[in-house]
Amino acid sequence: MVDLRTTLCGIELDNPVIPASGTFGYGREFSDLYDINILGTFSFKGTTKDPRFGNPTPRIAETSSGMLNAVGLQNPGVDKVISEELPAMTKFFHKPVMANVSGFSVEDYVYTCEKLDKEPQVGWLEVNISCPNVHGGGMSFGTDPKSAAEVTAAVKKVTAKPVIMKLTPNVTDIVSVAKACQDAGADGISLINTLLGMRIDLKTRRPLLANNTGGLSGPAVFPVALRMVWQVARAVVIPVVGMGGVSTARDVLEMMMAGASAVEVGAANLTDPFACKKIIEALPEEMEKLGISSLREIIGTAC
Amino acid sequence: MKQVILTIEQNKELAANAYEMVLSGDVSAVTAPGQFVNIQLPGRYLRRPISVCDCEQGKLTLIYKVLGEGTADMTKMQPGTKLDVLTGLGNGFDLTRAGDRPVLIGGGIGIPPLYWLAKELIKTGKIPAVVLGFNSKDEMFYVEEFRKLGCEVTVATADGSYGIKGYVTSAVNEGFSQYYSCGPSPMLKAVHALPLSGQLSLEERMGCGFGACMGCSIKTKDGYKRVCKDGPVFDKEELPW
Repeated sequence: MVDLRTTLCGIELDNPVIPASGTFGYGREFSDLYDINILGTFSFKGTTKDPRFGNPTPRIAETSSGMLNAVGLQNPGVDKVISEELPAMTKFFHKPVMANVSGFSVEDYVYTCEKLDKEPQVGWLEVNISCPNVHGGGMSFGTDPKSAAEVTAAVKKVTAKPVIMKLTPNVTDIVSVAKACQDAGADGISLINTLLGMRIDLKTRRPLLANNTGGLSGPAVFPVALRMVWQVARAVVIPVVGMGGVSTARDVLEMMMAGASAVEVGAANLTDPFACKKIIEALPEEMEKLGISSLREIIGTAC
Repeated sequence: MKQVILTIEQNKELAANAYEMVLSGDVSAVTAPGQFVNIQLPGRYLRRPISVCDCEQGKLTLIYKVLGEGTADMTKMQPGTKLDVLTGLGNGFDLTRAGDRPVLIGGGIGIPPLYWLAKELIKTGKIPAVVLGFNSKDEMFYVEEFRKLGCEVTVATADGSYGIKGYVTSAVNEGFSQYYSCGPSPMLKAVHALPLSGQLSLEERMGCGFGACMGCSIKTKDGYKRVCKDGPVFDKEELPW
């Protein structure tokens, strides 16, 4: 028997597999397909103060071993998430959920986090300072250590729940941003959000996405993500959640060896709705093959 | 929705750029005309969403157009090839709206889902009129198949090489109870403007095809809807065009 358990900011997870925000909605579509209580937890759709429609379509483009998205944080707004999505979620998910929060000003982040802090189902706040697909917010907070620290400190003041800052890879020095978040009181770091990219339609000679640019995810980004998780894990003492192109149980093990205490799975959920279930089911066999008896023993072995 | 492995039975060219693929296997999740399937192709990251043209006795017929590299790959696939397919996606047409004299209005690669719809309407005792639009004669397909069902078929071609010269809307006469339409977006907008109630099947670039990623959202009068999960079929009244 192998031990899949891990701990994230003081909360024990049955296993490290966490569907990433924006690829799992509020869980509903997937709970129709399998019992999602087998997951470590899941990070729900990025939620903002006000409802958002997001960007015009096309919002999706394919790439080699990956995809671009420019959804632009479509969500019903925090009030509706609390009044409709969370009560619905209690019927099919019985573990603490990770609440993913985004904003366009420090005040936005504080407003949304303060409201979600009062929800007993919420285990962690994952604060997205890294969305590449919105203007006047999102990623701009995560590209500057000072702004990142400012959001972290402001959010920490209004919540007792663990705060995990989700970072963008679209920076020169991700370690300085991670450290700034840690120094400002963050309980954990998650990374990477998508890498900014684009495609052009050869027939129209124009960008394929209506937003021109979008975030790259999928297996294509895995080595970049792994490298950044490793860099950050070596530099901070708070737990790190690794993500970026994770598609298999072996990818999960690599991420943990790079220093991740838990691992988010994103784009893979979109190409295979059963991806997380398959990864969780494949983990014990992969661990046995590699002589790993407990996942906790491999966290950061490569650091 | 069901994830299944289907086997290619047949894959042939029907007309210029249009191919017909017949798949066999567990198609039990496909329950209504207007639904689509999402096919994983070897070497491609995202699946290809393709509407169901017919579904009978464990066999699924799809008609696809070569639009890019993925669909070009599909044309080379041989019978016996196994494909990972998400089946039974989307809502499908509402047959209860048909009224006495429904008309099916299809354009190009939007025509396939109307074929199964015609068959299902006929089972309820209603033989729909059919109006099909193509760019030109060499792109025509399934005209005879609709006629064999007993439907009165009117064809319009943009270049006048067959049937009425012009668009489908000019071929829709009065006296219909309801339309069901699928086709390119400019055609759907013109159909939407007809003084007749109906249902329209929309197309968008999709990420997942089952409602998770919000890649294909549109604005409706009832707020945001996902073409893949809440559609692809929408009532005329829902669309703020």
